[in-house]
Parts: sequence; structure tokens; C-alpha cells
Amino acid sequence: MQVYLPIAEMSVNALVILALGGMVGFLSGLFGVGGGFLMTPLLIFVGVPPAVAVGTQSNQLVGASVTGVIGHWRRGNVDFRMGMVLLVGGLMGSLVGVWLFRVLRRAGHIDLVISLLYVILLGVVGGLMLAESVSALLRQRRKTAVRRKLHQHIWLHGLPLKMRFHKSRLYISAVVPLAIGVLGGMAVAILGVGGGFFMVPAMIYLLGMPTAMVPGTSLFQITFTTAAVTVLQAMTNHTVDAMLALLLLIGGVVGAQFGTRFGVSLRGEQMRALLALLVVGVCIKLFVDLAIQPDDVYSLVMSPPS
Amino acid sequence: MTGRARALLAAAAVLLALGATAGQPARSQALVADLTNHLIAITTGFTGTDVVLFGAIEGAGDVVVTVRGPETPVEVRRKERTAGIWLNRSDMTFANVPGFYSIASTRPIAQLARPEVLERYHIGIDHLDLAPIDPTDEVEQFREALIRNKQREGLFPSAVGNVTFVGNRLFRTTVAFPANVPTGSYQVAVFLIRNGQVQGAQTTPLLISQLGLSADIVEFAYRHALLYGVIAVAVAAMAGWLASVAFRRV
Repeated sequence: MQVYLPIAEMSVNALVILALGGMVGFLSGLFGVGGGFLMTPLLIFVGVPPAVAVGTQSNQLVGASVTGVIGHWRRGNVDFRMGMVLLVGGLMGSLVGVWLFRVLRRAGHIDLVISLLYVILLGVVGGLMLAESVSALLRQRRKTAVRRKLHQHIWLHGLPLKMRFHKSRLYISAVVPLAIGVLGGMAVAILGVGGGFFMVPAMIYLLGMPTAMVPGTSLFQITFTTAAVTVLQAMTNHTVDAMLALLLLIGGVVGAQFGTRFGVSLRGEQMRALLALLVVGVCIKLFVDLAIQPDDVYSLVMSPPS
Repeated sequence: MTGRARALLAAAAVLLALGATAGQPARSQALVADLTNHLIAITTGFTGTDVVLFGAIEGAGDVVVTVRGPETPVEVRRKERTAGIWLNRSDMTFANVPGFYSIASTRPIAQLARPEVLERYHIGIDHLDLAPIDPTDEVEQFREALIRNKQREGLFPSAVGNVTFVGNRLFRTTVAFPANVPTGSYQVAVFLIRNGQVQGAQTTPLLISQLGLSADIVEFAYRHALLYGVIAVAVAAMAGWLASVAFRRV
């Protein structure tokens, strides 16, 4: 079933897009991540212009994260106060990100920056996760459970602007979550990802939030930053394809439900190890693409920025 | 009406036109041609389309048909290996690149006329006026790369298509437009070539435009960008909420 995407100006098979949405939705339901880091490269692979892929992805993430945040909110796992601080940072970051996107596009390096940032972010996050989950699996085998403190105070928490976060049982400087939010917002604008894959570890290891609170709170922030970025992209770059976003969303919603159910039958450490392998795999693929000689070293840009 | 019936009607109209003007000086109506369709509507189900061109000539000669899409500047970028990574290091912008070009002829075009003649009428991809804004001594490499990339996208022809004669005077050819064809005003040019010279030419406009739902979406997205963004967000949020309600008991 062919569908013409009005903004991307191309014809795609609707079933392929639904399947892509479903597949990524399944993984995001399974692992509790947004899946943007998989979806954007996949869309570009199918032939969607990178700028449209990034802009549309932020629109799709609005829907996906609304579903997620409602689920976590029902279970009482959203720290709204922390979420608001992250959100303020996120909005600042997305403004900077959209501006940076335009500057880089004008300089002709946006594709390289996107790929390099993906390689670095996925490499660092995937590597850390892999190391952590492997050591957790090994530790479990030796059956020596180490009981940790509620959270460790590090020098970052002592910065000015101290705030109390009751739900997360934290009393730390607001500067840290603000900075994490800024990076998250920039990731939405430049990379077309929710930023969950590095905000979640940052919130666990840098903020010391209780793990149960983290996904709901980061999704709360992601809902609003992706909404803001969608509107900004629609206004400045006209790169939001609502038709494409809706198709991805339908596939994603169904896929996520299956993913969540399948995820129940997996153990936490196994799941984290699998996710880490997936992240590292995408990272290696992107790096290889940058390092090997392209089929044609020449490429075209249709309407060069004036 | 089927495409075939439309093509036959068009052919009849062309012959009539030729006959009606038979008494006047021969040169001006040495060539008559028309398309079966002057408007290609890109709707939600668009997957590319064919347009049939029919025409007739007086006497002997060869017929060449070129189709040119709307012209835009195109930047060609070249990657070089830098610190182990392939980076865009140099570029060249060509001013007037047709977004689409196709050509069909009764004979290989090199046999029809000298390159200067072909150059003048932009007949064949080697004779397009692809001029860079800031030329350097690497123009040829960049021009070849431009053509090669366009061919890979299916927007420039890899070969010259066929114009076939139906009887002595009537000719026809089919122009295939791929799904990724750019929208805008096209010029369909028909040339009658005899003894190495262009004896007659006719251009017919062709409009390719988005129609229906997809056109409305594009217009709305550009004219009311803020509202479009807000609605896109609202629709996505609504879909997300519906999903959480639908799967509540899971």
C-alpha cells in the first residue's frame, strides 16, 4: 500500500513504515527507551531526508511518551518537581539545538555532526551499560549481593540553588538536573531522539534518583521538550511530516504493548545487557559507515542555503 | 476514459490540426504534437506515472522529445578522507539544474546533428547548460558527479528513450515520471530535425502538482506553520492518550 508523504515529498509503502514503527515500538516497550536512536537512522535508511526524519521523529515521540508517562503516573512514579526542573533545561536546550541545527546545516556539516554525535553518545552509553550489566550478571552468579547506600553525594550536588525533591528523597543543587535537561533538549532538536538513553543513566548515577522514579520523570520531560521541538521545527524548517509521524505512531503503539508484555518474562540484568548490545551495535554500524569509503564521494544538496 | 482511448483521441486531434492548416506555409506546421495529459496530480497514492506524447510531422525527418523540470540551484559536495573519516571537503554550486530531465529520439542523437546544434537546444544530458557559479579547474568532475547522482535518483535518464513512428507521419513516445519527481512547471519540447538542422520546434507546458489531501497538508504546513506544529503535537498526544486508554487493562 503506497502512501505519498507530503512534506518528505516521497512515496513509501505504508506497511513498511507501520512495521518500522512496530519494531522500534516493541524494543522501546521491552527496554523502556524511546527508540529514537534507532528510528532516525532507520528512516534515513528508507530514504526519508535526514532533516525530515529528525523533525518527524520528535512529533512521533510526543505520542509515544504521552502513553508512557500516563502509565508511570498511574503507578505514582513521576517526580513532577524534578520533571519541571529538567523541563526548563530541556526547553532552553531545544532552543539552542534548533538554532545550532540551522547553523550546522548552513555550514554543510549537519550529517557528519549527527553521525559523530550518535557514535560518541551510543558508544559511551552502550559501553557503560554493557560493563555494568555484565558485572551485575557475574555478581549475581557469585551470589554476593552488595547493599548500596540510598544514594551517594558527589561534589556536583553541592552546587548553588539547592532544592528539595520529596518524591525522589533528594536535596541537591538544581543546576545538575537543569544541565541534564539542556543536553536532553539539544538531543531532541539535533538528533531526533528523546534523550532517554543518556538522561536515564545520568539521573540514576549523577542525580542518584530512585530507579523506579527515573523512566516516568524522564518521559514527563521528553513529552514537553519533543512537543516544543516539533512546533519549532514546523515553524523554522518545515520538516515535520504529520502523515509519517501518524503511521509511525500507530505501529509504535501496538509494538510497545507487545514489547512490554514480552519484557515481563525477561530478567532485569539480561534485558539491560541486550539493550547495551543493541546500542553498541548501532554505534559500530554508524562508525563503520563514516570510516569506509562511500560508493560515491560526491553527493547533492537540492536547495543550498543562501 | 482509459489512457489508450485518450491517446487515440489526442492523435486524431493532432492529425486534424495538421490537416486544417495544410494550405499555409509548410514550415510553421511541419510539426504538431500534444500530450495526453497536461496535469499530473500527485495524490496520496502517487507511485509515478506515464504520459504519452503524440504528434505528426510533414515529410521526412527525425523527432526528438525532451522534458525539463523546474530549475533550481544544486550544490555538489565531495567527501575526502580526513583523520580516518570521510568529510565533505569541497563543493561547487550549479545555478540552473533541471529537477527532472528526460529525452527520447527516433535515432541516436549523435547521428542527428553536430554537437553545437544539440548544445543550442539542450538536447541530451551532455548538452545541458549545467554551469557552476564559481567554476574551478575541477568543473568536469563535479558536473559528471551531478549527472551521475541525478541518474541514480532516476531524475536524469541513463539512456535515450524511443520515439516510434506509427505510419509515416504519426509518432508517439512515453515519458515515465518516477515517484520522486519534483513538483512544478515542466517544459516538454519536441524538435523536428532534418539534415542536421532543427526544422521545427514546439514546447508544451506540463504541470506536476500535489492535489487533494497531501497538497492541503503542504499548504497548511507552510502558510500556518505555528498552527500546523500545534495540531501535529495535539494529534500525536491524542493518539498516545488513546493508546494508554485502549491498553489500560493489559
